[in-house]
Amino acid sequence: MNPVDKRRRDFLGQAAVAAGAMIAPGVFLYDYAKAAAPATPPAGPPATSGPVSAKVRWGMLIDTTKCASGCRECVDACNRENGLPGTTRPTDSQWIRKVDLKDLRSGATLSAPVMCQHCAEPPCVDVCPTGASFKRADGIVLVDRHTCIGCRYCMMACPYKARSFVHEPTTGQKTEVPRGKGCVEACTLCVQRVDRGGRPACAESCEAAGHGAILFGDLNDPQSEISKRIRSVATTQLRADLRTDNGVRYQGL
Amino acid sequence: MAAFRLAARAAAALLAAALALAAGPVAVAAGPKLDAPRSGPCVEDPKLMRRSHMEFLKHDRDDTVRRGVRPAKHSLAGCVSCHASRADDSVLGSDTHFCQGCHVYAAVKLDCFECHTPKARPAAVASAAGEPLR
Amino acid sequence: MATSSASQARLAWSLLAAGGAVVAVALGAAHYMEVHGHVVTGMNNQVVWGLPHVFAIFLIVAASGALNVASIGSVFGEKAYKPFAPLSVLLTVALLAGGLMVLVLDLGRPERLVVAATHYNFRSIFAWNMILYNGLFALCAVYLWTLAERRFAAAAKPAGLAAFAWRIILTTGTGSIFGFLVARQAYASGVIAPLFIALSLAWGLAVFQLAQAGFARLSGSAMDAALQARVRRLLGIFLVAALYFVVVHHLTNLYWARQAALERFLLVDGAPYPAVFWLGYVVAGTVVPVALVFHPKLAGPRATNAAAALAVLGALAFLYVFIIGGQAFPLEIFPGYEASSSFGDGRVDRYSPSLPELLLGLGGLAAAFVIALAGARALPILPRDEGPVAPAPKPAA
Repeated sequence: MNPVDKRRRDFLGQAAVAAGAMIAPGVFLYDYAKAAAPATPPAGPPATSGPVSAKVRWGMLIDTTKCASGCRECVDACNRENGLPGTTRPTDSQWIRKVDLKDLRSGATLSAPVMCQHCAEPPCVDVCPTGASFKRADGIVLVDRHTCIGCRYCMMACPYKARSFVHEPTTGQKTEVPRGKGCVEACTLCVQRVDRGGRPACAESCEAAGHGAILFGDLNDPQSEISKRIRSVATTQLRADLRTDNGVRYQGL
Repeated sequence: MAAFRLAARAAAALLAAALALAAGPVAVAAGPKLDAPRSGPCVEDPKLMRRSHMEFLKHDRDDTVRRGVRPAKHSLAGCVSCHASRADDSVLGSDTHFCQGCHVYAAVKLDCFECHTPKARPAAVASAAGEPLR
Repeated sequence: MATSSASQARLAWSLLAAGGAVVAVALGAAHYMEVHGHVVTGMNNQVVWGLPHVFAIFLIVAASGALNVASIGSVFGEKAYKPFAPLSVLLTVALLAGGLMVLVLDLGRPERLVVAATHYNFRSIFAWNMILYNGLFALCAVYLWTLAERRFAAAAKPAGLAAFAWRIILTTGTGSIFGFLVARQAYASGVIAPLFIALSLAWGLAVFQLAQAGFARLSGSAMDAALQARVRRLLGIFLVAALYFVVVHHLTNLYWARQAALERFLLVDGAPYPAVFWLGYVVAGTVVPVALVFHPKLAGPRATNAAAALAVLGALAFLYVFIIGGQAFPLEIFPGYEASSSFGDGRVDRYSPSLPELLLGLGGLAAAFVIALAGARALPILPRDEGPVAPAPKPAA
């Protein structure tokens, strides 16, 4: 071995020993701190909701024949409930939007709200590199903002343009609806209400306004109002050709 | 293996004790001055909370976000509702505000409130949501 | 033109400084984007991937293709290419690093990169790509080592073969990021993976040609005329092959009735995209360079360099239309209806890139340039370092 190589090897060896000596106490300390914390935290007050179960699958039925063109009750209610500013620049978040439609053959016009369709096979969940985009057992598709890195691949994958990216720092969030710059977000089906036995703000406000165009319920329960309606009238899922099996259905489209 | 772990723990304990001895008096003398909590005792022993609040929060946040468990025993909303300043209902704003004050003192980055609100909700709303406000 | 080694070193240092300055400006731009949010870019909720992705994808695709020369030498046993194999591997590493830099700095939460490294969703082609990118770095390091260390010469072929296979898979993955987007009219197609491989061969070889010519200026390691002629022809063939796949992709779309409006937008009336596509990619990026490399009267290093530079410009033009044009056209959510809303339904998005985005993208190119130059100065990369070819002792980097 030539002397230069020998010197380099000795140096590397010494450097490794020194690095080990510096890191080891930290590793032990970490271990120690972990050991000091109780393995399982003591049981808390009984949870009022959850864990959610796959026995239910939440969904909505939107009756376009009852949805009034120009009415924005559902959009406003969503913004109020979720602390969204309600501005509509191309960089602003819109969890629910009213789409005006004109049939290209007949010329008939209609109007319908579009939000996250809460697919059974959500493309956004498939493509998310970190698993931040996920589907709860009860079918609600959400973004875990703690692991969202803001790559926007889910927005590329969503067939419904249902997701928004938070383009600016945010303030004035609601306690149960955290949202902030750099993450992707979308309709949560008002998960904070649903978990307490409530229904989404859009459905509630639509009924309060006297339209009743949005029906919320459990698609897995054959006795639920929504299941009965789906059995008795023709309904469709948006882009049904993609077989994403949406939780949101439309009537009169 | 067990013997090794024991030895490691002992060594670590010794080292920790030495470090505590070195740093202890300083820390006691110059702790952060923080707003007093609004009500009763914390959901855990304060000493344990000081060290492990993030572990508790992380554990329960996954339960809430991914499995819909509400209310969680250890929730950030719970922290905020007890520790928000009486003056402006916030845990941020100055170095006497509870979260900001301690994090500035400990020089640990605090990014919870980039998304979560630092403001406490009115008490009636909070208790309806089942927060541990006592 | 013989330059002294001292003046070569001066030139190298000033080029490094210039490249470093561009990178520094790009980091500043990325910081600005992070503080203010993506509202300071041209990107929005419809065009979610913008100019940074044009540069990043160019760099990543070209990185894979830059390995061409090494592959031809090690895997296909063409000895003439072997002296240039280390440069080819170095360029792969440099381009890939530049591309990833842009991609990461454009994230909404770049500081959470560790999350991307610790949380994998194996159903995501994006997550697979992260593994593929890092794997290519590792394989390139091993491959470069086997090329540099004579004792490992026997391992060069298997290492080269592994790197070759890996980068074909990698570019398939990069293409599939788009190809697997089933709901996007502009992308959902299996042909995008082979299209990206063809593009990578052309773009990578173009970058290699430019780098090789540049380093020849800097250190006198010129490629001999016979080899230069082969590289030139190869560049022409790759450009034609890439165009073939582009044509097939558009023909497929044109054949489907529901894609006709999109094709009309991209190729005829969706300004500015048709002009960028026809003039930027087809004419300047393909037809002219192909003419330059195959026309018997034009044959020469200058024509080859011009062809390579045009191919790079054509690459950026192609990606601008592919990535941004493809998103600007509205998604068809309600087939058979004309849709309008406050969220851009049924409306073409008017994306225009902002300065910070452009600076970030250029910073990726500069980072690749700096890594390649520094690598070539610090490591035994260039052919002249191999032995008797060198007319002067190697200057200290």
